[in-house]
Amino acid sequence: MTDKAATTQLYRIVIKASPQAIWDAITKPEWTERYGYGARVNYDLRTGGRYLAKASAEMRSMGLPDELIVGEVIESDPPHKLVQTWHPLFNAATAAEAHTRLTYEIQENQGGLCTVTITHDVAGAPLVAGMVPGGNDPAKGGGGWPWVLSDLKSLLETGKAMAA
Amino acid sequence: MTGDYTVTYCPDVTDDDRVFKALADPTRRFLLDLLFQRDGRTLKELESGLEMTRFGVMKHLRILEDAGLVVTRRSGREKLHFLNAVPIRMIHDRWIDKYREREVAALVALKTDLEKKDRPS
Repeated sequence: MTDKAATTQLYRIVIKASPQAIWDAITKPEWTERYGYGARVNYDLRTGGRYLAKASAEMRSMGLPDELIVGEVIESDPPHKLVQTWHPLFNAATAAEAHTRLTYEIQENQGGLCTVTITHDVAGAPLVAGMVPGGNDPAKGGGGWPWVLSDLKSLLETGKAMAA
Repeated sequence: MTGDYTVTYCPDVTDDDRVFKALADPTRRFLLDLLFQRDGRTLKELESGLEMTRFGVMKHLRILEDAGLVVTRRSGREKLHFLNAVPIRMIHDRWIDKYREREVAALVALKTDLEKKDRPS
């Protein structure tokens, strides 16, 4: 149990937006291209459905593959909970690691505020484990989940992403 | 796993205030460092690294939780503590980037200025 906890990373942010708006921002490509790294996602939101994050033109020009991140939907309970596998194919090294498990939880609070929690179980994927906490320059791809969530908050609350 | 959502909002205290206050204590920074090294620890594990009563450690953890820097999750009979680095990122984006940009802009202006002076008039 404790070992599993050690490979689990948790990211939480409070956003002034409806659960549906946040759900859409996570699962719809017209939203995902507007914040974070701007990869368009393709979700088949059924159990066993496919997840794909496609590299933007800018990412492809940096040598990243078209199929940037792949995965499978494990549980979809819109607009509250989404569980999926998450497997980045950035390079041969991350592609060779185990598939990680990603959970989004959207909890509605009073006053139109939602708590968004990402739980990322990175067991068997040390490269992913070192990458997703961020802490480096977002412009060089080092922002991780803290930066992506911070940008998501900016977009939903102000209509503009931080980088925009 | 079930979440432990106990976020309360006090209109006079901003989230930034809570984060700065939480970070302004060496014990609490030490607790964050412990979780940074290895996440998902129990209270027992966290208090073993500190010469402090259990009650004292709980008080510090409570302040970190209120600031959103620590999130707890139940796993069976255990309550596990996780580091949440998102508020620190937001402080960084809101405060540090802004002043760094100004610093860079000032240096660029200085350079332009100096180069102008070097030029024969």
